[in-house]
Amino acid sequence: MIETRSQSSTEVELLSFRLAEQEYSVDIMSVREIRGWTRATPLPHSPPFMRGVINLRGTVLPVIDLASRLGMPPVEGDARNVIIVVHAGGQSVGLLVDAVSDILALPRTALQPPPELAADLAHSFVQALTIVDGRMIRVLDLSAVLPTYQTEAA
Amino acid sequence: MTHDPMADIRASFFVECEELLESLQDALSVMADHLEGDGTQDTETINVVFRAVHSIKGGAGAFGLTALVSFAHRFETVMDELRCGRLVVDHEAMKLFFQAADMLADHVRLARNDATGSPPGSETLLLAVEALMGERAPEVEEEVEFAPMGLSFDLALPDLEDLSDTAEAGDAGRGWTVHLRPRDGLYASGNEPFHLLRALADLGTARVTCDLSALPGIEDLQPESACLGWIVQLTGEIEETDIRAVFDFVEDVAEITIAETPEQAGLEALPFLEPEPEPNVVPTGPTAGPPPEPAPFVSAAPISPVTPTLTLLPGASLPAAPAGVTPQEAPTETRADSPAERPAAQPAQTAQAPAEAVAATVRVDLDRIDRLVNLVGELVINQAMLAQSVTEAGLPANSAVMNGLEAFMMLTRDIQDSVMMIRAQPVKPLFQRMARIVREASAAVGKEVRLRSEGEGTEVDKTVIERLADPLTHMIRNAVDHGLETPDRRREAGKPEEGVVTLSAQHRSGRVVIEVADDGAGIDRPRVREIAIRKGLVPPDTVLSDAEIDNLLFLPGFSTATQISALSGRGVGMDVVKQAIGALGGRIAITSERGRGTRFSISLPLTLAVLDGMVVRVAGETLVIPLSSIVETATLAAEDIRSLGPETNVIHIRGGFVPLFDLGTELGYRGPKSSYEGGIVLLTAQEDGSRAALVVDEILEQRQVVIKGLQHGYGNIPGVAAATILGDGQIALILDPGDLVENATGRTRTADPLLALAG
Amino acid sequence: MSLTILAVDDSRTIRDMLKLALTDAGFTLHLAEDGVHGLEVLAGIAPDAIISDINMPRLDGFGFIEAVRGQDRHRGTPILVLTTESAPELKARARAAGATGWIVKPFDPPKLVKALQMVAG
Repeated sequence: MIETRSQSSTEVELLSFRLAEQEYSVDIMSVREIRGWTRATPLPHSPPFMRGVINLRGTVLPVIDLASRLGMPPVEGDARNVIIVVHAGGQSVGLLVDAVSDILALPRTALQPPPELAADLAHSFVQALTIVDGRMIRVLDLSAVLPTYQTEAA
Repeated sequence: MTHDPMADIRASFFVECEELLESLQDALSVMADHLEGDGTQDTETINVVFRAVHSIKGGAGAFGLTALVSFAHRFETVMDELRCGRLVVDHEAMKLFFQAADMLADHVRLARNDATGSPPGSETLLLAVEALMGERAPEVEEEVEFAPMGLSFDLALPDLEDLSDTAEAGDAGRGWTVHLRPRDGLYASGNEPFHLLRALADLGTARVTCDLSALPGIEDLQPESACLGWIVQLTGEIEETDIRAVFDFVEDVAEITIAETPEQAGLEALPFLEPEPEPNVVPTGPTAGPPPEPAPFVSAAPISPVTPTLTLLPGASLPAAPAGVTPQEAPTETRADSPAERPAAQPAQTAQAPAEAVAATVRVDLDRIDRLVNLVGELVINQAMLAQSVTEAGLPANSAVMNGLEAFMMLTRDIQDSVMMIRAQPVKPLFQRMARIVREASAAVGKEVRLRSEGEGTEVDKTVIERLADPLTHMIRNAVDHGLETPDRRREAGKPEEGVVTLSAQHRSGRVVIEVADDGAGIDRPRVREIAIRKGLVPPDTVLSDAEIDNLLFLPGFSTATQISALSGRGVGMDVVKQAIGALGGRIAITSERGRGTRFSISLPLTLAVLDGMVVRVAGETLVIPLSSIVETATLAAEDIRSLGPETNVIHIRGGFVPLFDLGTELGYRGPKSSYEGGIVLLTAQEDGSRAALVVDEILEQRQVVIKGLQHGYGNIPGVAAATILGDGQIALILDPGDLVENATGRTRTADPLLALAG
Repeated sequence: MSLTILAVDDSRTIRDMLKLALTDAGFTLHLAEDGVHGLEVLAGIAPDAIISDINMPRLDGFGFIEAVRGQDRHRGTPILVLTTESAPELKARARAAGATGWIVKPFDPPKLVKALQMVAG
């Protein structure tokens, strides 16, 4: 479990992870926990990036194949993969990724807006870029990744 | 976040109004029953009626709900007449009382929604109700204020000397002389002269002296009778009304004289005190103090002063003499000796009825209950998973772990049952609403109808109750409008003119059964069949059993009304009712006997949070089908399967044809199988009466599952209602067969491409 | 000075409002729902004053006041009657039962506080 820490407004903490040979990250404030891979129960007639739902300690948690969501080939899905449980916009969702890398503490000034590249679908989900140790890390805009919700009435 | 306590109390007031309105209905029903019986009314019941209206008025006044207060007040006035036995309770009066109670409920509702003004017909109804009182015009209530004056608290000692302020020369204001002589009743009512004197002293500058003129000799001294008086000289910006206000509570138990003294009159000029002529008034014996000189009692003429001091002999006790007594003791001692004018009533009147055990209740936010229900659901799931793991670990059945787990599971089950029932409420308020519907409906169509209710205490999940209101209303209206015959026809049939609609609720084998029955003419089956044929709902030559004809009523668009009455013709049919019941996970059945009546029977799950389901396996996935929609299961023989279209099949079962659906295909898990011979099907029934056969690979078990909502923002999944978590931790989707079938393709065959080309 | 008050009224709304008004003024408040309950609660406390409604189930205000007055230690305890009715006959009847004073509903909290201070000291 990741503790949620309060951050000063000049610093930001990111959880970085690998997805299809690239590095992405999310604001750590939205991360609830990290789980090993479990098989998701598929939801019929759902978009291809919806892997299905998993049992998170008795709650039904939807899982998104993040690679597929970003327009890349889907993650295979096996024990090496990791599900990052995030909470944003009042919903909880699991993001299926390759592996978690690190927790980075950066000054906000280190984040730059991404350049305009209309051809790249992944672009619309990236809200900032940053360089750490010579590697480019994309900061995800969770609100773009997560769906707009409707609760299914029981 | 600012928190307004008055807003809380206001909300709580409206909750209390609901309770009061409910008890009002109950009491009126009891009165109505008595009227049918021996005609005598019971006073306590009438008191309940009165108090309900009275309490609503009392609370409403605090929130300035003028329309409600005004209605409640006039209603209460009539109820007061009833309480005093000055009203005759007859059939007509009862009707008006019920209508007035309904109108009161409408007023409450308007007030709760912050609407001003009255519901339509309010004034007319009030006049009709008030007319029951005869020529007595409703009294205009006089507001007589009894609020006492304010006080300051600086004085600590009750010493009279301290109450007298030293006057400064040239004190501004008016001069008053106040004479207070309590009668016995003042002390008997718990009033304390010292407090009155202090209040007076607070008005301005005061000098207080004690008037002993009425003090009898020691041997004649009655410890509890009043024989002391006080004279207070006041100066200040004081009006007579200010002084009068101090005596608000004691005007009737004391003699009080207030006289304005001319400004020049100094504090030395005290009025002479003359008590009313009484025997033995002159103090004898060793009591000090000069004897009073006779003179007129109330006078502003200068009189020789009376010294305020008094020496007490040991053993003598003076009633209510605060002089020189410490503050703490004065109240208790005074009260101990205080003259109790032996109030006429008997002490310690015991309660009339044995103290009823009042069930303690707690009011809880619904959110908290929902959260608790959720958590308990997760507890059950996790515990089932634990049980699974333990079993898989291969522990022997008698081991401590297994036994402990067994106990754990039973405990969890108990907790779950208890929590589920927290949201359960008696159906009584719902049934009372239906009683009102009956009253209004019968009035609208000109029939005399009575509602009988049974099992009002039966408890049902709160959400279920709320969602039952509309379907029940429709059924009740139908019963009154169509089910029951007109008074003439009933008379011809030898039935009592008053029709009876019976509404009942009971728990039966883990479900709630609610029935609406009428003693009317029963279903006119030939006519129903004819209408169904005419509307094209059934083919003309079909042979239908009685039960099948009855069920035609549930088809959409069916209505037997030849004329549009005041109630029907609103486009509400039994199909809507059936859908609503289905949405609750329930079923509805109809039985009818010509000439005797019709009964609708609704069977509902006890709670919406759990579901009785059949757990099946399809294409490697585990699914749950609600038991309430499964009619039967079957294994398919080759001859049962008939082809319909190029890609679809039907099965022949029970003399009819039912479309076949492959759940694996419909849910996108796999394509159609090459053959369904030997396959397992679940035969389901939808709300509209049509049936379907759903192919599954394997039936695992029947069990109760905890319903978990599906949150996923990508739109609804057709056919999937929710999800649950099984013992192995895997998620199983809960299907909605009706929804699934509606959106299904029905593909159970791959079309032969050559045949398709041939056209 | 903090007074201890016993208030008896069958309306929950009125009890809530009394609680709000009197605890704001620093009083210690005990509540009861009707006359019988009031006597039960009274047995365990020593209030400086009592407020009672008239119309209550089980034992009404008149009966309650008479019962209270019948107890030696409460022969002089100030009792204020709190009611919507102000008819003279009712006042007389309350007085006959032993009531100290009278407050009409809807009550004005400051006035109620002053009335209590006036009779309870």
